[in-house]
Amino acid sequence: MWCLMPSEGSLVFRRIKFAAVTAIVIALILAALPALAASAAESAPETAPIAPVSMVSLTDTPHDGGTSIDITWRVSPTEATNPGTVIEYKIMRADSPTGEFKEVGAVPVTTTAFSDGSTLPGRQYWYRVDALSLTASVSSETSGPAASIMQWYNGDTSVLILVVFSCLSILVYIWIARRKVGQVFVRRIPALDAFDEAIGRATEMGKPVLYIAGGLDIDDPQTVASMNILARVAAKVATYGTRLMVPCCRAMQMSMARETVKESYLRVGKPDDYREEDIRYLTDDQFGFVAGVDGIMMREKPAANFYLGAFYAESLIFAETGFSTGAIQIAGTAMIDQLPFFVAACDYTLIGEELYAAGASLSQDPVQLGTIKGQDAAKALFLVIIIVGVVFSLLNKPIFYEWFSVH
Amino acid sequence: MKRQLPLAIIFAMGVFTIVTNFIPAKPVADVNQMFRNWYLGIITFFTFLGTINLAKVNVERTRDRSRDWQYSIILLVALATQLFLGFYKWSPDALREGSPFMYVYFNLQFPLEATMYSLLAFFMTSASFRAFRARNKEALLLLLAAVVVMLGRVPIGSSIWDGFPKVTEWIMSYPNAAAKRGIMIGIDLGLISMALRMILGIERSYMQ
Repeated sequence: MWCLMPSEGSLVFRRIKFAAVTAIVIALILAALPALAASAAESAPETAPIAPVSMVSLTDTPHDGGTSIDITWRVSPTEATNPGTVIEYKIMRADSPTGEFKEVGAVPVTTTAFSDGSTLPGRQYWYRVDALSLTASVSSETSGPAASIMQWYNGDTSVLILVVFSCLSILVYIWIARRKVGQVFVRRIPALDAFDEAIGRATEMGKPVLYIAGGLDIDDPQTVASMNILARVAAKVATYGTRLMVPCCRAMQMSMARETVKESYLRVGKPDDYREEDIRYLTDDQFGFVAGVDGIMMREKPAANFYLGAFYAESLIFAETGFSTGAIQIAGTAMIDQLPFFVAACDYTLIGEELYAAGASLSQDPVQLGTIKGQDAAKALFLVIIIVGVVFSLLNKPIFYEWFSVH
Repeated sequence: MKRQLPLAIIFAMGVFTIVTNFIPAKPVADVNQMFRNWYLGIITFFTFLGTINLAKVNVERTRDRSRDWQYSIILLVALATQLFLGFYKWSPDALREGSPFMYVYFNLQFPLEATMYSLLAFFMTSASFRAFRARNKEALLLLLAAVVVMLGRVPIGSSIWDGFPKVTEWIMSYPNAAAKRGIMIGIDLGLISMALRMILGIERSYMQ
């Protein structure tokens, strides 16, 4: 009898298996249909009337150029009695109380505030908030008039004071460094000490150095900081006669990287070693760029990988692919959510502010080091402010905390 | 002059950008917006530059029969196809749903990107495996915190002990938030410091 059974893997056996699986799936769908229909009937939207939102209040958005009005309201009572009936609120605006109301925005039912950022300074507006269900729409009473007023100063005095103090402390240390009033000492950053080690290793192995300047364009400060570091790395690479590859995900980043590397090669007297084709654009697309860089890593097997700049989800993919090729890896970013990935997967990591300080630290120029010292002095002030804020909060006096709140 | 002029432009633009942050009034905001629009215009031209560079590099690779030059042909064909589909006057436009351009985007490019993104799950596992090895006291602490947070974030955690979500919430809200804020304050100060170096022309390694 068993000899009549088709053998596993034969065409007949596969067809029987396919038919059996299909029959089971169809049976399951048929069995589930009545339950699905019942569930759909249960969750059918209520068609009961809905109550309008109340207490619509209008205020000029503070500290702006007169282009915004803040609208707040109380949610529709229907939301409490029959949750899920109201699906969204529409914010409507008109130039007069009896004029035509046009939609300026829509928000979910849990939201009770909206900023209309399309107003003209000094012009009067009237607003209402419409509560929408699947079948109906109910308008609140019309509120107004309200006008947005242009302000010349944004009013965040605490921020201004902190910025001014930070700048002053940095400027004082620049002055100290220029006048050589005192010795400027800045602690060594292990990741920066490893730069020579990584480039030296690549030179000894006869393999290239890979440098990624992040996933954002040159309007991001992290990319600018990365270019400052690239200048130092390129100078060192040129001195050792090692190949440097800089794939870029932004065309403007590529252009700046080319100029930076070219200048470095000129500075160390090796202009003929500069290879423009090694600094090239791949794509603006995030994961297309990841695929391109991973391909370079797997084909060229660089001995030292530098990931310095702004990174998102691609950080770990780069770092793990680089780890699998056996490269020594140095990373640095101010993207706080990506730092743990780099710390876990790379040999050295520049954490946050160290990325910005790296250019100055590598230069060993006393004036540039002075700016880092000034930054540390500002940090000490911030620490004092935090401690005082905690004490005031413990004493239940929120004035200090409120003054430092950013609007 | 060749060096002084760029430094003067950087100084003027740097100071202006700082000032605009504290003066929201229309004339200043409008000038700031104008500069942003210029930047967008420049970016558009650089997109062409990038595309030309991409094509040039891959044509050269194909011509010279460099290593793995076959991939360059695939890239050039894909680039030319998508350019044609994007620029050809489809009715009403190339970005409408169902147009050939969007068809290629949704059925080819999007799945390929999703594939790259999905690699992250595997890389997270391998990186965690190395990071959570309890080699010293700090690493042991990290391991314990990670185990608690992971259990607190999945349903099975609260089935084992209903305190896991609460402990997770505490770890994320206090020690984790405190460390993050410390780093963020440092980042902002580092940013101010670097900006001052560049505005004052102290840091100019990019234009020696």
